[in-house]
Amino acid sequence: MSEQADQPAPYTDLSLPIKVLTYFVLILGAVVMVLPFVWMASTACKVPAELNTLPVRWIPQTPVCRENLNLLYETSPNFNRYLLNSALLTIGRLVGQLVTCSLAAYGFARFKFPGRNVIFALSLGLLMVPFQAILIPEYLLLRQLDWLNSFRALIIPGAFSAFAMFLLRQAFLQIPLELEESAMIDGANPLQVLRYITLPLSGPALAAFAVITIQAAWNDFLFPLVVANTPDTRVVTIGISLLQGERSTPWNLLMMGSFLATMPMLILFVILQRYFIEGVTMSGIKG
Amino acid sequence: MKTAFLNLFGQTPLTRRRALWGMALVAPNVLGLLFFFGLPVLAAFATSLQQWNAIKPPVFVGLDNFVRLFQDGAFWQALGNTLKLLLLSVPAEIFLALNVAVMLNQRLRGRIFFRTIYFLPVVTSTVAAAIVWAWIFQPRYGLIGNIFAPLGLRDIGWLTRPDLVLLPVAAVMIWQRLGFDMVLFLAGLQTIPRVLYEAAIIDGANPRQRFRFITLPLLSPTTFLVLVLAIINGFQVFDQVYIMTARTTRGGVGGSATTLAYFLYQSAFIRSEFGYSSAVALVLFLLTLGVTVLQLRIQRRWVYYEAGE
Repeated sequence: MSEQADQPAPYTDLSLPIKVLTYFVLILGAVVMVLPFVWMASTACKVPAELNTLPVRWIPQTPVCRENLNLLYETSPNFNRYLLNSALLTIGRLVGQLVTCSLAAYGFARFKFPGRNVIFALSLGLLMVPFQAILIPEYLLLRQLDWLNSFRALIIPGAFSAFAMFLLRQAFLQIPLELEESAMIDGANPLQVLRYITLPLSGPALAAFAVITIQAAWNDFLFPLVVANTPDTRVVTIGISLLQGERSTPWNLLMMGSFLATMPMLILFVILQRYFIEGVTMSGIKG
Repeated sequence: MKTAFLNLFGQTPLTRRRALWGMALVAPNVLGLLFFFGLPVLAAFATSLQQWNAIKPPVFVGLDNFVRLFQDGAFWQALGNTLKLLLLSVPAEIFLALNVAVMLNQRLRGRIFFRTIYFLPVVTSTVAAAIVWAWIFQPRYGLIGNIFAPLGLRDIGWLTRPDLVLLPVAAVMIWQRLGFDMVLFLAGLQTIPRVLYEAAIIDGANPRQRFRFITLPLLSPTTFLVLVLAIINGFQVFDQVYIMTARTTRGGVGGSATTLAYFLYQSAFIRSEFGYSSAVALVLFLLTLGVTVLQLRIQRRWVYYEAGE
């Protein structure tokens, strides 16, 4: 974890009482932020009887993590399939957006053509439309195409993005024009320039784009719920919501399911947190 | 004639070729956006003027859906719940995030560690978060009840009582949003020139005065952005309601937790009233648009204010 990523504003060294108070508040807050995760993990390893024990126990007396994991798969035999579906949806959208949005970003950043600014502004205007406002026509459109309950519905509409296009365009504009021009003089076509010059020089922006897209796709719920809610196409967020809903699954298994659904993103975040933070900052600026 | 058309794309063969390349490059994404987002936006308007049920073909009914909507108590309840949730979550989350950001913007050991911790809930799936918090808010054996047991709160049915159910929902919103706001505030704090603080220190301003007269005013564009994003996000609350009320009545007992987005989902995908629910969608859209337009207006004034200094 890089400490130099951004500089604090060290106007003064803090006096000791202020420092102690600051740490106290920060630690208290951090505990509140982390407790739900700890409680989730702890509950996931409890035997059913321990769920209804007072006072509540933070550490299970006899941890049964493995047993509960097996029980979860007994209750929801398709759970691995749901995890796999989530991964497929995530990868599909990521690859799709990487292709469509980097092409478009490059086109808008470096080429003049009639109507360029209008088309760009209109695409950005779509960012103002909340997704839920078009959920119904989107559903009707996919129904018309006969794509419901298929991976086409889950992936293809999500393979285009105005936001990712905007983000990548901003990054491409930062790259010195001379590098691209010298490649062109050497006879490279725009696709080759994009592939061998522009994209490799946009590493951090690509990483920020990737983590934002991955996180949103993995955690998507309402859209898959509406367009693809069959055993074969269900994603993991729907999988755990089903545990919660129809059959009254005990809390320890629900926590185990939530744990499995959460872990991939938490691990990804801890490894790539710099890019998550950058992505959020950029998405905020787009506003 | 042909040349005139060609000139539209540029004066020389080279610029023309580049124009064609440009259009070819943007085409996939632009056409995709047009088809999967632009088209539905237009369709949303059209659908809201139709009566459209699962079996019967759509019928044009003019503004009937809106008339019905504004007479529908359930719609007003959902709108009211959404606004209540905004009031419960947005001020609290902004206040907390601002304070954490200011603290983390100092010379402090472990800043990155704290930033990581506060950001963890942001990357967590809302569905999983809502399930965990539903368990935390269970009566008798839930965590909240037991932490506050000395206050006699242990047996409270947070999720079943219509007067309380919005509190757990707001709790998840705050928990998941705080880190996001914090990161935006941190970015905003980085833009405040250090020299201002140094000058203020020379002038004898104490930390509180420096916060009040430097940090707060210069951070106001960020604060405003955070506020707008939080409101827009708050209009769309769905997952938390769907999940946390799954064991009782979906949408809360007597609709007490039904938000606009949940109401939309219910009327579209449970009751199959596509026309009526499109009217709800339009209300959601207009609310968001209103906030966005307001933001652009006020932001412009801010830019002017900064330039005028």
